[in-house]
Amino acid sequence: MDAKERMKIPRHKMPEQKPEERRKNFNEVPFGYPEDIAMEEAQRCLQCKKPSCMKGCPVEVNIPAFIKLVAEGHHWEAIKKIKETNSLPAVCGRVCPQESQCESMCIVGKKGEPVAVGRLERFAADFERKAGKAAKPDLAPPSGKKVAVVGSGPAGLTVAGDLARMGHKVIIFEALHKAGGVLVYGIPEFRLPKEIVQAEVDSLVDLGIELQLNEVIGKADTLDELLQNGFDAIFVGTGAGAPIFMNIPGENLIGVYSANEYLTRSNLMKAYLFPQYDTPIIKSNVVAVIGGGNVAMDSARTALRLGAKEVNIIYRRSKDEMPARAEEVHHAEEEGIIFNLLTNPIRYIGDEKGKVIAVECQKMELGEPDQSGRRRPVPIVGSEYIKEVDTVIVAIGNGPNPLIPNTTPDLQLNRKGNIVASLDTCKTSKRGVFAGGDIVRGAATVILAMGDGKVAARSIDAYLKDPAWWDRPAPEPQPEKKKE
Amino acid sequence: MHKIVKTESLAPSMFLMEVEAPKIAAKRKPGQFIMLRIDETGERVPFTISDGNTETGTITIVYQVVGKTTAQMAALKPGDSILDVVGPLGKPTHMEKVGTVCCIGGGTGIAIAYPIAKGLREAGNKVLSILGARTKELLFYEDQVRSISNELLVCTDDGSYGQKGLVTEMLKQLIDRGEQLKLVVAIGPVPMMKFVAKMTKEYNIPTIVSLNPIMIDGSGMCGGCRVSVGGATKFVCVDGPEFDAHQVDFELLTKRLASYREEEAKSYDLYKHNCKLGRG
Repeated sequence: MDAKERMKIPRHKMPEQKPEERRKNFNEVPFGYPEDIAMEEAQRCLQCKKPSCMKGCPVEVNIPAFIKLVAEGHHWEAIKKIKETNSLPAVCGRVCPQESQCESMCIVGKKGEPVAVGRLERFAADFERKAGKAAKPDLAPPSGKKVAVVGSGPAGLTVAGDLARMGHKVIIFEALHKAGGVLVYGIPEFRLPKEIVQAEVDSLVDLGIELQLNEVIGKADTLDELLQNGFDAIFVGTGAGAPIFMNIPGENLIGVYSANEYLTRSNLMKAYLFPQYDTPIIKSNVVAVIGGGNVAMDSARTALRLGAKEVNIIYRRSKDEMPARAEEVHHAEEEGIIFNLLTNPIRYIGDEKGKVIAVECQKMELGEPDQSGRRRPVPIVGSEYIKEVDTVIVAIGNGPNPLIPNTTPDLQLNRKGNIVASLDTCKTSKRGVFAGGDIVRGAATVILAMGDGKVAARSIDAYLKDPAWWDRPAPEPQPEKKKE
Repeated sequence: MHKIVKTESLAPSMFLMEVEAPKIAAKRKPGQFIMLRIDETGERVPFTISDGNTETGTITIVYQVVGKTTAQMAALKPGDSILDVVGPLGKPTHMEKVGTVCCIGGGTGIAIAYPIAKGLREAGNKVLSILGARTKELLFYEDQVRSISNELLVCTDDGSYGQKGLVTEMLKQLIDRGEQLKLVVAIGPVPMMKFVAKMTKEYNIPTIVSLNPIMIDGSGMCGGCRVSVGGATKFVCVDGPEFDAHQVDFELLTKRLASYREEEAKSYDLYKHNCKLGRG
């Protein structure tokens, strides 16, 4: 097949659950490519000599190579190829914003639609899981060095996987009772089934990585104690685990949740199965979700599946500025989520029992661009109105979790309380301590956290091989997060 | 898995449980708490640590049966296990020599006030303790508290033991007789802490309370445990659990504690029903 013929094949759709069905269940929305479709889609790849798609991948997956293997039907080899650099392919194939990463740089996409890199990655990963055994990458001989990874989210799992491949002993410390961080407490089942996260974690444990669950570093042990107790280096990937509120009246009323709490109750604690599971969640009729990111979409779609009759997204800018992935917004719209754009809550109103019964909103218009480059929302005077709701989910972002900074005085922080670390090396101000993901960047994406994990693993490996690496002039730690 | 090494009934519906958790036992300080999850389908529930033993690697918690999880706990025996125990969480009590202090414990709060009173005594303070209960049989830990106190006052609502009255009345007696209280620590039901705070505010005595709101993760992530202190929103799990009693919005705490009353009742009823079926 020549390039012209390949270009003629249209991009394949992924079959998915119908909106009217899926809004009532927690099953995964897209079903994934069947084998024949995956192989056809893989034929669309031009096998560029200088593949630009790879430049868009923070974890450096050899995209043309794995796609070629899928096209030829060598799926087992394909997943092995992906796993050379990516420890969480089933996760990435589902939640990466491919449209703004690998696929945005695809040459095929210049004239038509790009090759569906993410869907093919998902296909290869699902093929492996269905085979019931894990493609085990080759491990370097044991180095005798021991590394503590704090937090088992995307950054922590990635750094752990890479370090294990490099021959280092890795122990992951997780505060909750399940590994995966935001992948298990935050991202809902219908977007990322928990059994898939568990399978990826299991395949890491297969590499010899140890998991210590229910261990809150900063409380049970401090970073200094870990360093004193035989760890040669530490990676801190504790994420953006502190919900931000707007500090408007009524925010502590019953029924006003942080997205973290709402999603943790539903995902991690399985409140949707109450009373078989003991953790309750409020039964809602009319819900307001504040925010326009992926977490807001996840919260809204979760509320719908928990039985709400009406779910409203309230977002202060217009749809163009929404930070959520286009696909998630589209899925939410299909399911009947109502979008109240250019709207901002100004207070919540409660009844005598302290339960929220309404939200007062204000309409906004877009003014001049602000520091973020987006047009600044400006309130329209006199546009206030009251909307009756019985549940509010605040999904406007997360700050850094304070436990490690509070107990590690010599760890440099920025104004927002994030750990200062070089994005080029993940090196912090404290010798032997590296950090990456949301605790450094502020709330970002799964794949950027994983990219940090890769960078950190390389730096930690260099430091373990030669402690003098630490003192060599490296790029200066950057006080504020870099623009994504 | 954390093995239970001892259980004890302290009073009707009030129990003590000693559970293996060596790392927490070695680390914990007065005022700190744990989160536990009893089994796979269980909820995550916070309990303040009332004692610990570094040699046996165990910690002690005291609880009252109020719903399904605590009823399940009460049914466990030595040798059984708890699935997850996380801790020690929260900030320890600030221990300092200030002079004369008064430690007040009500209900299960007695078990939490005890290690704090002990710590304050060891820090060189004169410790006057007040224990309160509805009735005689609900009172426990009297000997322990007496052993570390310079003086102990006991009261019951119905006068069945000690003096008849509320802990606030005992506190008033101490103030009236001229005790120069530099600090009051009050731990117990929310209404008790609220009324103690109201009284000590009139006398300008610094007062600390330990709060027990609904909590999910215990490490600052979910924001479910928020309370209003001095007009600012605080997370009890990382900013507390102890706060300046004069700044705490107790009304809000009371309301938020009732968030899931219906669901809790449903869950508990279902459990009791199944238990009866089980007994056949």
